Amino acid sequence: MWNALWKFLHKLASPKYFYNISAKLIPWFSWTALFLILAAVYFGLVKAPPDYQQGESYRIIYVHVPAAWMSMFIYMVMAITGAIGLIWKMKLADVMAASSAPIGASFTFLALVTGSLWGKPMWGTWWVWDARLTAELILLFLYFGVMALNAAIEDKRNAARASAVLALVGVVNIPIIHYSVEWWNTLHQGATITKFDRPSMDMSMLLPLLLMAFAFKFYYASVVMKRARVEVLEREKNSTWVQEEIMGKA
Amino acid sequence: MSSSFQAFFTLLKRDLTLSYRHRAELLNPLLFFVIVITLFPLGVTPDPKTLELMAPGVIWVAALLAAMLSLDSLFRGDFEDGALEQIALNHHPLAVLVLAKVFAHWLVSGLPLILLAPLLGVLLFLPSEAMTTLVATLALGTPVLSLVGAIGVALTVGLRRGGVLLSLLVLPLYIPVLIFAANAVNHAAGGMDVSGQLYFLGALLMLALTLSPFAIAAALRISLS
Repeated sequence: MWNALWKFLHKLASPKYFYNISAKLIPWFSWTALFLILAAVYFGLVKAPPDYQQGESYRIIYVHVPAAWMSMFIYMVMAITGAIGLIWKMKLADVMAASSAPIGASFTFLALVTGSLWGKPMWGTWWVWDARLTAELILLFLYFGVMALNAAIEDKRNAARASAVLALVGVVNIPIIHYSVEWWNTLHQGATITKFDRPSMDMSMLLPLLLMAFAFKFYYASVVMKRARVEVLEREKNSTWVQEEIMGKA
Repeated sequence: MSSSFQAFFTLLKRDLTLSYRHRAELLNPLLFFVIVITLFPLGVTPDPKTLELMAPGVIWVAALLAAMLSLDSLFRGDFEDGALEQIALNHHPLAVLVLAKVFAHWLVSGLPLILLAPLLGVLLFLPSEAMTTLVATLALGTPVLSLVGAIGVALTVGLRRGGVLLSLLVLPLYIPVLIFAANAVNHAAGGMDVSGQLYFLGALLMLALTLSPFAIAAALRISLS
């Protein structure tokens, strides 16, 4: 069984094989994502009862929290694939890391925007220097750093390796940043209301959240593959199979 | 092993000699530090109460920016004349050699910053009780800035315009140092115990000292390839 898995992984590592198999996988992932998003929207906006404290406005949680989860998840994916690319020099891992960064940054941005929209009715301001918000903002900066470095280096291979090193340095730093920010905040503004009492969640409220979290995962899988396919074509533009692929369709 | 030590000290001596020959350049980050500090009373208010409140943060942010600006020259000269490649081809571990370079750079850029800081503290009406803490946080913090910043420099040294990109890569990583250091100085000004923050800064320094040479070496090899 392990042998078969190894073989599959080796095959997957070849850009051509990935290009072909991802074409078949993308529709599955996209449709699953769409179905799950619709289900989550239905259960979250229609079925779930309003919160006893926050009324209807809490429903933004169904976008906000999954987006925040994704922002961290994608950073980890980026760092792990980056490390794989550095250690085993796997081309596809480089491609995955490079394609993940903008999606991760978008999810981080989405989490910040929804958090800000949620903060206005709840806390009365668009922005609070709350520990979590600040940590998320710094995560966005880290994403921008990786993307900027990736764009600045001409040679794709070197760009991938350099941004992998940066992503790994970021991974070491994220817990330090997270705890230092938390510590800074509790010392500075412990008195301001940054966390409201939240009743432990009822199943009818939790279900849409989990559905949306899965939906975002599938969405990410499908979008990252689409980006990776373009990236693969660009990196392999001198190989015969890409030329046949392009010319065949033209 | 002992020969690696020797290589460390040889490189340290070489870098210090080189900086001594270009000593006018060393002054620039320091002047930047002083001028930025001077801008705050002009831009915000000359009121001693407000300045006293802002002093720890302002001094630390300025120190952070000055440290980052001075970093740009860490590998550039050696990269351009090819000396860096020779260093990388050496049989001594590259991590040890880059540590020598970073240490030399800190001696000529970080150390003067520390010596200058109390003077600027006086300009911003920082209470005298906080002066020792300010110096202590800078002594523990600026080496971390140099070590972490060197990773960014190593990644961008091959690019023609690395300057702005460098700040984008490095500044988010500086945040923990800023938080603990500025907080310690704030607390010291209020007459509180700051050993916790200093221990944290010490821990960050140890972490940076042990891990970052390897990251710097890996990044340099990428930039040189």
